[in-house]
Amino acid sequence: MAENGRNRTTSRGTALALTASAMLALALAGPSRAETALSPEEKAAEADSAWTELKPDLFGDRQLVEGTDTIAIEAPKRATDPAIVPVKLSFDPEMDVRKVTLVIDENPSPVAATFEFAQGADMRSLSTRVRVNAYTDIHAVAETADGKLYVTKTFVKAAGGCAAPAAKDPEVAAREMGKMKMREFGTDEAPVHEAQLMIRHPNNSGLQKDQVTLLYIPAHFITDLRVDKGGKPLFSMTGGISISEDPSFRFAYGAGDSGPFHAKASDTEGAVFEKTFTGEQS
Amino acid sequence: MRGSSARNAVCLAIAAMAILVVGPAKETAAAASRFEEIAPGVYARHGLVAEETPENQGAIANIGFVVGDEAVAMIDSGGSVADGEDALEAIRRVTDKPVAYLIDTHMHPDHLFGNQVFKSAGATIVGHRRLPAALAARAEFYKQSMAAQIGPELAGAVSVTPPDETVEDERRIDLGGRTLVVKAWGTAHTDNDLTVFDEETGTLFAGDLVFMDHCPVLDGSLKGWLAQIPDLMAIPAKRVVPGHGPVSAPWPAAIEPERRYLETLAADIRKAIAAGIPLADAVADAAAGESGKWQLFEDYNPRNATAAYAELEWE
Repeated sequence: MAENGRNRTTSRGTALALTASAMLALALAGPSRAETALSPEEKAAEADSAWTELKPDLFGDRQLVEGTDTIAIEAPKRATDPAIVPVKLSFDPEMDVRKVTLVIDENPSPVAATFEFAQGADMRSLSTRVRVNAYTDIHAVAETADGKLYVTKTFVKAAGGCAAPAAKDPEVAAREMGKMKMREFGTDEAPVHEAQLMIRHPNNSGLQKDQVTLLYIPAHFITDLRVDKGGKPLFSMTGGISISEDPSFRFAYGAGDSGPFHAKASDTEGAVFEKTFTGEQS
Repeated sequence: MRGSSARNAVCLAIAAMAILVVGPAKETAAAASRFEEIAPGVYARHGLVAEETPENQGAIANIGFVVGDEAVAMIDSGGSVADGEDALEAIRRVTDKPVAYLIDTHMHPDHLFGNQVFKSAGATIVGHRRLPAALAARAEFYKQSMAAQIGPELAGAVSVTPPDETVEDERRIDLGGRTLVVKAWGTAHTDNDLTVFDEETGTLFAGDLVFMDHCPVLDGSLKGWLAQIPDLMAIPAKRVVPGHGPVSAPWPAAIEPERRYLETLAADIRKAIAAGIPLADAVADAAAGESGKWQLFEDYNPRNATAAYAELEWE
């Protein structure tokens, strides 16, 4: 995975360098002007997008349908904090979306998370927070019950979110790891419920270097999460290093099961965190 | 109008003469002379209220030094090797006593990227007990992010230098005839904030526990910061050298604007969380009433609001 990432970057770097030298050779008016005149979006657009290679890696030659309302994505154009970038995914309730892959193209490990929605969960939206390491497209690919794939994307300006040290207060982070909180919200649409699951976890990216040993601090993050309601599965997640510290998942759903929420999460070190939320929690 | 332009012309003429007289070799001396004596034996340099750039050499934090009978203590080393060298030059213009200590008020690059200058000069570097770990986790990131700000040349010259000795709670440093009280705080602006109090003159070097003019920056704990403000205010100082803003201000009045900002931010974010407003929407309106009261507000307030939301939703 890391090797792939490096190769990808190198080949893109070479492509960029070639483009730049071609421009240098051609542009009599002055190459420096041509280079500095590009906005970050133009640079990103000009660079051979990581998506070109990610798409076949992740989805083979399956068709990805663009430009529908099946899945929509919202993220800030410019992140206020690259380590906590809110991303909201919304789904067309008519389309029965059952699986979503969230890809942050330019991150070292691009697949941020894969979510699977249980049959009958009727997921309407799902929000989480991610780390963004460089100016990037964020792609979201939805798979509907009939096996079709739908894609949408947005561009986010942020940098350094993965290498940025996670915990502002590591002592508190260590002490409270595994603590979970569930909040429920009222919604305007009658059959739709909304809730937020929060998990205390450093979700270390594995990209921070210890200056003394010069070794990377090992990645330590939530890999699997499953959320049930009234004993029935609602959704599950397979996560990567791009999910922010203290993972948060806010979701709206139509399933009418009564009974308590139950969440079970496990991390890269094999720790399991589990909680049944009896009654309203906030 | 006329008078002012005439005055400008005179100023320009004087400046031109000064350049002719002093010559280009005195560039560092000019920078060094920006230190002023704010109390007997206490010197401070006003940091620009601005982002770090190659042109300002990262000299955006207020830094200072205290001269005792036997030795000198530097408080914060500046935002680049060049900035640290200017500070050392300033000390040498005042005294040839040894610079026995450099005290780092916290981990941020604008306060300690000049550390190596003072290490080479023989100073013992003193920091918060959590400074070594905080720096170890961030050094790589800081080198990268600072290259983007002060430029690869100035950032490349920096060898991130951790403290030699750390302070658990409080430590008294004797400079001969005057004592500095170094106090380690709980998580506030960062998780490794120190203050330095010169008992002799009642001068408090607050580091970034006190911001003036420059929008406060939250990189630790909003609750922790607010909770410790009464203890900070109880320090019997006459004046404070805030981490950013004027070089000297009356204490404890100087902390009022910051307290108002932090309280407003906390109140707005708590209200949003209670109302179920998601992070992305809450950040836009948080502490909006403080806009216009701070420089660099748009650069730091949204980020502070994001951090505050992530912290306070766990209450």
